[in-house]
Amino acid sequence: MFVVVAGGGKVGVSVTRTLLALGHELVLVEQDQPRYERLEEEFQHRAIHGDATEIFVLERAGLRRPPDILVAVTGDDEDNIIICQLAREKYGVPKVIARVNDPRNEPHFDLLGISPTVSATSMVLALVEHEVPQHELVHLLELRKENLEIVEVEIKPSSSAAGKKVEDLHLPRTARLISVVRDGRAEIAVGSTELQAGDQVLAILEPGSEDDLKSVLLSR
Amino acid sequence: MKALIIGVGRVGSAVAGRLHDEGWEVAVVDESEEALGRLGPNWPGEFHLGHGMDTSVLERAGIADADACVASTDGDNTNIVVAQVAKRRYEVPFVAARILDPARADFYSGRGFDVVSPTKTAIAELTHSVLSAGES
Repeated sequence: MFVVVAGGGKVGVSVTRTLLALGHELVLVEQDQPRYERLEEEFQHRAIHGDATEIFVLERAGLRRPPDILVAVTGDDEDNIIICQLAREKYGVPKVIARVNDPRNEPHFDLLGISPTVSATSMVLALVEHEVPQHELVHLLELRKENLEIVEVEIKPSSSAAGKKVEDLHLPRTARLISVVRDGRAEIAVGSTELQAGDQVLAILEPGSEDDLKSVLLSR
Repeated sequence: MKALIIGVGRVGSAVAGRLHDEGWEVAVVDESEEALGRLGPNWPGEFHLGHGMDTSVLERAGIADADACVASTDGDNTNIVVAQVAKRRYEVPFVAARILDPARADFYSGRGFDVVSPTKTAIAELTHSVLSAGES
């Protein structure tokens, strides 16, 4: 495959090394002169110097061919958005992958149809949520395109849902239970599954119905 | 009429001042407090400190009910993203973006917001004046 990586920071360099080791053809674009010089020592002609939001720089990187994948991982979200828009809309690159530096900018990527996006900050936050027990509802996966998300909830001994069958819960219309993990074993949640304290329940729901789901599963 | 000016450099501050003189209600957004100095000592409009990509700042500045939005920061890419967000997310009736790079200015023309490219204007005018001088 032919891949263009925009942004030669830690992420861009790791992606470049990995893909080269797998035998892919690759061009890495870096704007900063001193950093570019270090990259050139390691990657030779595969590193090029320039601002990847400039059309002539993208064309030097081979966007006209076009690449199979473009990876935009600069430290600027607006630059990553523009690079992906140009790649997809001007050159017809079939797959773009963008890094989101500030999670607050994620809606802009969504609005402009740039996906998938990868946000280290959001991933770290999700892991923290997972480890910190105060968070009663843990976001595991966001299916932004489908407008659905998968969350995990632990049934508390105090919760009125403990001892009830799934079919007897008054779940919101916008949420369904997927599975129940008990003593390390998972089973698919069906109507007759009886919830117990300590169960870890996976649910799929429409964003915005978290509170309704929490009140069914966790209220006393 | 209400206008929101994002990025208050030489261009943004002058546009803000002119619109205010024409009787518009003007709110401005800039990352730096120094921008307030460019608006003159008695700027009567709103000033919001923050980045144009930050929707909480845009919303505080009233983007939802603005009649016009001008993206005039010193970053082409910021202006392009802000203009698209203003148009598509907040449906601001009139949106304009300053894009210095002629190539990006061409690419982003015809997407529902006005593209103003001072570089393209300068190229056209300089070429025109040289050619006219050559003819006389």
